[in-house]
Amino acid sequence: MSSERRHRPVASATTESTPLRVTLIAVALVFFALFLLLPLLLVFTEALRAGLAGYVKAITEPDALAAIRLTLTVAAIAVPANMIFGIAAAWAIAKFDFKGKSFVITLIDLPFSVSPVISGLVYVLLFGAQGYFGPWLSAHNVEIIFALPGIVLATMFVTFPFVARELIPLMQQQGTGDEEAALSLGASGFKTFLYVTLPNAKWALLYGVLLCNARAMGEFGAVAVVSGKIRGVTNTMPLHVEILYNEYAFTAAFAVASLLALLALFTLAVKALLEWRYGDQLAASNGRH
Amino acid sequence: MEIRIRNVRKEFERYPALHGVSLDIHSGELIALLGPSGSGKTTLLRLIAGLEWPTEGSIFFGEDDASSMNVQERNIGFVFQSYALFKHMTVADNIGFGLRVRPRGARPPSAEIRRRASELLDLVQLSGLESRFPAQLSGGQRQRVALARALAIEPRVLLLDEPFGALDAKVRRELRQWLRELHDKTGHTTVFVTHDQEEALELADRVVVMSQGRIEQVGTPDEIYDRPNSPFVFSFIGETSELPASVADGRVSIDGQSVDIGVAGVADGAARLLMRPNGIDVVEERPGTIAGDVIAVRRSGGWRRVELLIGAGRHRVEVELPVDATQNLTGRLHILPRHWQLYPAVALSQASLGASLPATE
Repeated sequence: MSSERRHRPVASATTESTPLRVTLIAVALVFFALFLLLPLLLVFTEALRAGLAGYVKAITEPDALAAIRLTLTVAAIAVPANMIFGIAAAWAIAKFDFKGKSFVITLIDLPFSVSPVISGLVYVLLFGAQGYFGPWLSAHNVEIIFALPGIVLATMFVTFPFVARELIPLMQQQGTGDEEAALSLGASGFKTFLYVTLPNAKWALLYGVLLCNARAMGEFGAVAVVSGKIRGVTNTMPLHVEILYNEYAFTAAFAVASLLALLALFTLAVKALLEWRYGDQLAASNGRH
Repeated sequence: MEIRIRNVRKEFERYPALHGVSLDIHSGELIALLGPSGSGKTTLLRLIAGLEWPTEGSIFFGEDDASSMNVQERNIGFVFQSYALFKHMTVADNIGFGLRVRPRGARPPSAEIRRRASELLDLVQLSGLESRFPAQLSGGQRQRVALARALAIEPRVLLLDEPFGALDAKVRRELRQWLRELHDKTGHTTVFVTHDQEEALELADRVVVMSQGRIEQVGTPDEIYDRPNSPFVFSFIGETSELPASVADGRVSIDGQSVDIGVAGVADGAARLLMRPNGIDVVEERPGTIAGDVIAVRRSGGWRRVELLIGAGRHRVEVELPVDATQNLTGRLHILPRHWQLYPAVALSQASLGASLPATE
């Protein structure tokens, strides 16, 4: 065996020399450890600094629980809403031809290119007390800014493109052949969508929803502008982490942060699983994020 | 069911795909739409299906004006070039799809749908593959599942777009024969699109030759092959050699030498003589034959191919001879076409584009 190995050329034309390879790999590993692994470990060690009891106390404290509840509520509204919007937009863009299509695609990307703080500010300018609709809203007793609706709106704006962006390339690549077949077999437009279009795109959809959810729960900038940061009322988890940190309650801050980190790890794990299992169907949409 | 197509014109964003096409398809007929790519044959098929709408003109299914019916209402069976099988459904579910999506009142019970699916699988000779997924089938099997799926809804007409386009030559020939047998057994009015003249001539009752959005000729395979009405149809339907000729006083001459063939009603003036390699005889030297110089002799399967250069213009003509032909195939050879067509020549620019020529119009 070993003699055979010696006879084979060690390096192919595209392989660098051994010292260079070792150096490059070492540099990559150091960066990886320093900038990704270490902070993640730090979150968990700091969170557990006061022991497990301190950790549990930090995350079951009423304000923390309120923040967790609010974050889950916001995600539970924003993610399904964006899922429905994403499917509708992708379906219209991938399966039909209409004027202004490229403009719509550009518009969907807008939240990616606008700073989240600006997105939040836009809603304050629209619905805030001094905003365009502010007087009318307060006259009718509707609260949007510094309340749940504002947080949901800001989150939806920021997470707007995730599902649509995942679905559009896949559905465009799949074309309309399957739909035409279903229609020619007598299926109505809705049944065609339900039994053919949607199943063909289900893994890309799940992937998009996952990314959308991670971002919805982790969003800081846009939500910070519209929430008003009222403790126990309009504080989401990321905002709560910041407040605790600014008050030097490091253990509590890291405890709540660790929950967000766990969510991120869970999202990554499911994402990796999906990519491994359904890589071919996701290939069309990969390399975009 | 009878289909009548009346002056159908179709434009895609001002680019014309069909110019005023009319065609009658008889009930129970197996008809081929044959043409090169871009000839409008697939567009015509999709218009019949209702997958596209004509810019002008109308299509009748029997006595009904199909213009007011969408694709679901037309009750057609369409087999797509790429098969378009539903990847996430089993073979049985694919075949039963058309029945399962019917509105509640018209939907057969699920046991009946299953029974029908396995019956159709028997018909397309794929029994036992009910629970396979499309990805687990070969190309030929997918093709047959697609056909069974189209037949499941008991369509009034069966439309096939390049049905054997994606298959290798051997499977193609098998399926071709099998489709002919299936058609004879079920009697569906069937329209299929192909760019393969051999497939069209072998399979169809009638062939519609199309070019550049127009119908060039409609006829039985014999009519199309033996009496093509234009140089385009002649050269599209099989191998062709062409010689420039002239007609004067009821006689055809090539390079000023009179040739012993009839003028076939072509008026005096320049003409084009079209022949096939297997429609030319090598003859003894005598007046009224065409003389040429042999430049190559090749063996091609059971035949020998002789390449000749004719006349001052050195026009290339191929002749196919049996391998055991006794003639001396060197030097100067004399030939006389047995199967040929004479067409009046028109402006060179049009002829070189292969455009339709008003041979009979």
